[in-house]
Amino acid sequence: MIPTGSQPSQARVGSLAVGAPEQSASATRITPGNALRPEDIALAAARGAAKPSQDVAEYALRLGDDGLILAQRLGHWISRAPELEEDVALGNIGLDQLGHARSFLTYAGSAWGKTEDDLAYFRREHEFRSAHLFEQPNGDFAVTIARQFVASHYQFELYRRLVHSTDETLAAIAAKAVKEVDYHRDHSVQWVLRLAGGTDESRRRMIAGLALIWPYVGELFVDDALTARLGDAAVVPSTLRADFDAVTGAVLAEAELDVPAVPPAVGGGREGRHSEHLGPLLAEMQVLAREFPGASW
Amino acid sequence: MGQNVPDQAARPADASDDDVAGEAYFDAVIAQDSRIEPRDWMPAAYRKTLLRQVSQHAHSEIIGMQPEANWITRAPSLKRKSILMAKVQDEAGHGLYLYSAAETLGMSRDEMTEQLIAGKARYSSIFNYPTVSWADMGAIGWLVDGAAICNQVPLCRASYGPYGRAMVRICKEESFHQRQGFEILLELANGTPGQKQMAQDAINRWYAPSLMMFGPPDDDSPNSKQSMAWNIKRFSNDELRSRFVGMIAEQVKVLGLTLPDPEVRFNDETQKWEHGPLDWDEFKDVLAGRGPCNAQRMERRRAAHEDGAWVREAATAYQAKQAAKQRARMEVAA
Repeated sequence: MIPTGSQPSQARVGSLAVGAPEQSASATRITPGNALRPEDIALAAARGAAKPSQDVAEYALRLGDDGLILAQRLGHWISRAPELEEDVALGNIGLDQLGHARSFLTYAGSAWGKTEDDLAYFRREHEFRSAHLFEQPNGDFAVTIARQFVASHYQFELYRRLVHSTDETLAAIAAKAVKEVDYHRDHSVQWVLRLAGGTDESRRRMIAGLALIWPYVGELFVDDALTARLGDAAVVPSTLRADFDAVTGAVLAEAELDVPAVPPAVGGGREGRHSEHLGPLLAEMQVLAREFPGASW
Repeated sequence: MGQNVPDQAARPADASDDDVAGEAYFDAVIAQDSRIEPRDWMPAAYRKTLLRQVSQHAHSEIIGMQPEANWITRAPSLKRKSILMAKVQDEAGHGLYLYSAAETLGMSRDEMTEQLIAGKARYSSIFNYPTVSWADMGAIGWLVDGAAICNQVPLCRASYGPYGRAMVRICKEESFHQRQGFEILLELANGTPGQKQMAQDAINRWYAPSLMMFGPPDDDSPNSKQSMAWNIKRFSNDELRSRFVGMIAEQVKVLGLTLPDPEVRFNDETQKWEHGPLDWDEFKDVLAGRGPCNAQRMERRRAAHEDGAWVREAATAYQAKQAAKQRARMEVAA
């Protein structure tokens, strides 16, 4: 599944750039012609050209929920960020995550005759399959950056392998997403370095943010029966861990930070067991759609 | 430098002669309807007027993010959420271009932000109204951005180069914003009775405030004349307002909804659109800080700025440390 010759990381952790396979990749430079739109996925599924198996749909639901919940969190920052450039950057990252979520959810839903909106707005809390990391509250900017640091490195390692999925639609969504997530990775690395190497206060906050987020790292790399059954259609989560540790470890080392020595949280998001944080997030996200069931917007 | 302008004679070293030559140049540029650029001489009053206008415009973009950001987390479909996030993010981008344009007039973004949060600078008073329903996202796009476009298209030709150029890009994005607003309302108007009612209610609330966005009536707008003489402003407040009324009077029919103003009509004699009386006392109240959301908007801006101070300080400190390291490396190499 993992392409041969791939390095543990493309990251050349330096002061300016985490080396990227495609330097031109940018959230805002994906032209409409290159974009894989959720509408195209829905159309292909409706034609019967690309309908996922039950297992693939369950898997897509996990990835879609990760993106959706993260986008919901990031959306809250817009108009509240520390500087205008970050209103734009966090907005961009949230938009990318929402775009990936829409594609994955559309694809997942096509197995069950449901739309992306059916899945986003009319499932209950225990039916969401996102990992706990993504539902963690924004906290201060350092907590958000810590969450972004983990999320983007996990997603990058995942998507760069998923582009080789035997499921063509998953591969296509991953191919678009990996370029965008690479930018998210760069954004979070720059801020980890700046906050860790900035002032005493920013360093203290960065350390605290990482400590708060790190318990949710472990869950991302847990294998289960579904990922085992999917074989080369999916990516076995535990196979990402070494690269994740190497790349994030190098950044933390450059920032003169330790990998937080915190016990892992219990997890359970992939089975629908969530923390106290997801309920209020969903209540806010779903309230209007549920007030007008069946309405079109 | 402005184009199509006669060659200037070499300017004497004496400052006052400099001013004389500068003023002659400025007047020639304005007379030829050409452009003033940042390094050109300009009258102090021109600089002050522009700085006020451009910074107010920037502040309006930034404060204007708040009423729409209010619905990002509750947008009723993922597609709408995506469009709304992109739109609010565009506004941050507009704020950035405009602050940059204003900086060319000699004030830093930090100073402008300080003025805003100290309550010394204004922003468009329309953003002091609350967004209480999803349909407000439609009404803001259609009416508020629509009015902004009517105001801003002529500003693309403003005599100050950086402002005019910023407006070109902003207007392109605003026209997308207006279309998406109209589309939200169209979808609601063709939806359930509850959705249609939501859309009508939003239009009823945003109609008059959007008309007042063009500013006071011409006979009560003391600064307009000078701005027009300087080719900053091209059309009077009432002229632009009348055009806007004509535009929305036609578009509202497509929605199958109505404007809350029985006096809207086209006057065949004057060839202008007319509307009913507007409550200018309310306008002045909101402008003076007594609108429904003034305190809330300012507080959010202040909180974001103050809560983010440690982040900006960290970035500055980090940059300084990196530069020092770089210098040390170069010294070692040398």
